[in-house]
Amino acid sequence: MQELLGVSGLNKVYAGSGRRVEAVRDLTFTVEAGELVCLVGPSGCGKTTLLKCMGGLLTPTAGEVRLAGRKVTGPPPGMAFVFQEYGRSLFPWMRVADNVELPLKHKDLTRARRRELVADALESVGLPDAAGAYPWQLSGGMQQRVAIARALAYEPEVLLMDEPFAAVDAQTRADLEDLVRRLWRERGITILFVTHDIDEAVYLGERVIVLSASPTVVREQLKVDLPEERDQVHTRVAPRFAELRTHVYEQIQAAKRGAGQDAVVTESSTPPLH
Amino acid sequence: MRLQNTLLGTAGLAAFLLLGEAVPRLGVVKEEYFPPTSRIARALADELSDGAFWTALGDTLTGWALGLAVATCAGIVTGVLLSVVPYLREATASTIEFLRPIPSVALIPLAVLLYGSELRSVLILVVYAGFWQVLVQTLYGVQDVDPVADETARSYGLGTWARIRHVLWPSALPYVFTGVRLAATVALILAITGELVIGAPGLGARIGVAQNSQAVPEMYALIVVTGLLGLLVNVGARTVERRALAWHQSVRGEVAV
Repeated sequence: MQELLGVSGLNKVYAGSGRRVEAVRDLTFTVEAGELVCLVGPSGCGKTTLLKCMGGLLTPTAGEVRLAGRKVTGPPPGMAFVFQEYGRSLFPWMRVADNVELPLKHKDLTRARRRELVADALESVGLPDAAGAYPWQLSGGMQQRVAIARALAYEPEVLLMDEPFAAVDAQTRADLEDLVRRLWRERGITILFVTHDIDEAVYLGERVIVLSASPTVVREQLKVDLPEERDQVHTRVAPRFAELRTHVYEQIQAAKRGAGQDAVVTESSTPPLH
Repeated sequence: MRLQNTLLGTAGLAAFLLLGEAVPRLGVVKEEYFPPTSRIARALADELSDGAFWTALGDTLTGWALGLAVATCAGIVTGVLLSVVPYLREATASTIEFLRPIPSVALIPLAVLLYGSELRSVLILVVYAGFWQVLVQTLYGVQDVDPVADETARSYGLGTWARIRHVLWPSALPYVFTGVRLAATVALILAITGELVIGAPGLGARIGVAQNSQAVPEMYALIVVTGLLGLLVNVGARTVERRALAWHQSVRGEVAV
């Protein structure tokens, strides 16, 4: 395994109208090729800022982001983004298939190949029949599936997901979580999944990175030693799942209180069994 | 419900026309200046069978359509350019705010000086009036691009031109349509005003001639025609808008999912 995505010394300060907000203080972590990593932190801890810096949408004040060894200065071609606001991220003036196809148009692909990628991606997310519909004719969960299909069709090395399921109902959310696990296993893409939901982070991730409150640093990195085969019913009641989620929960609570800011554990591996 | 509304609308119109017939006949107003509906209708029928009327109508519509087309293209191109090029909008904002409120009719002397009583004079007025409507709406529209949509496009590496075409333009389109619809109405007003005041060929000039020759019913008949034109322009613009913006929330309404 080697580093695919690297963040080192990342710092982002928003300066404007006499106010200076340090959203991200000093972040360093790596994501290896083929990993599924969840970033979790207290709300308002600069997760979105971090992700936008990684996606090349924001320029960091200091530090750098590397994708496959190359410094990210703008949106890199090997990266796809799934936003929380699916309703605004999909274009209402385009049909589903056109939405999925649009990013492919500036890639050097034949029309037939593009069609194939679109059909395959829609099939993968379970919406083979939605190609001709408009996004607003679909339910929220289906719209987010379309957004995921668009990212898949783009064939990225890394998929960045910014709290993608925060706005869908609990049942849909469970289905979408399983979809992400399945796509990760089937396609071998590297996924960085940002969430504020601790259960979701532990259920999905192979590794969980816990962030501190703003100004943000990495508080802890945690390997999730749950079996690769996970399902909503059994995994969530497994004693190990409960332990891990309790551990992350405590870390987040401590982060919220701002405790241990100067004694941050950055490289613990797996918490001991209780 | 719809049938009832249609019936009510028809009844209202019929009552209005009847009133127009009755008031002069009862001597409440002078028939000389305010002929009854039936006389106006007869004058209108005479106009419709006159070749010169159709030429005048053609002239007016030509001035209107040409002017509107120029104003629309110029307004859209300028609006997009001002929004896309950094600093340009800030640099031009105060100039636009100064030029925009100048009533187009104030330019009539200038137009006459430049082109006399030709179609080009009317075009100046029509273009000036329509241009600002389209420009201002385009500027608003471009500002209304959803940041998430734009970030999505950027994250997928779409270039400037692709973002203008696939994100900025469709987002601004509802505003542009409003601008064009407003401009279409204003353009008609200015086309007829220009003809009436400058004497450029068209319905406006014909109204002037009718007035000068004391042909009062003919004058009213022509006024009715301009009113109908305005109505058609508005209905036409709305129909095009509905078709082109079928995806937009204002047109599609709430979709049951």
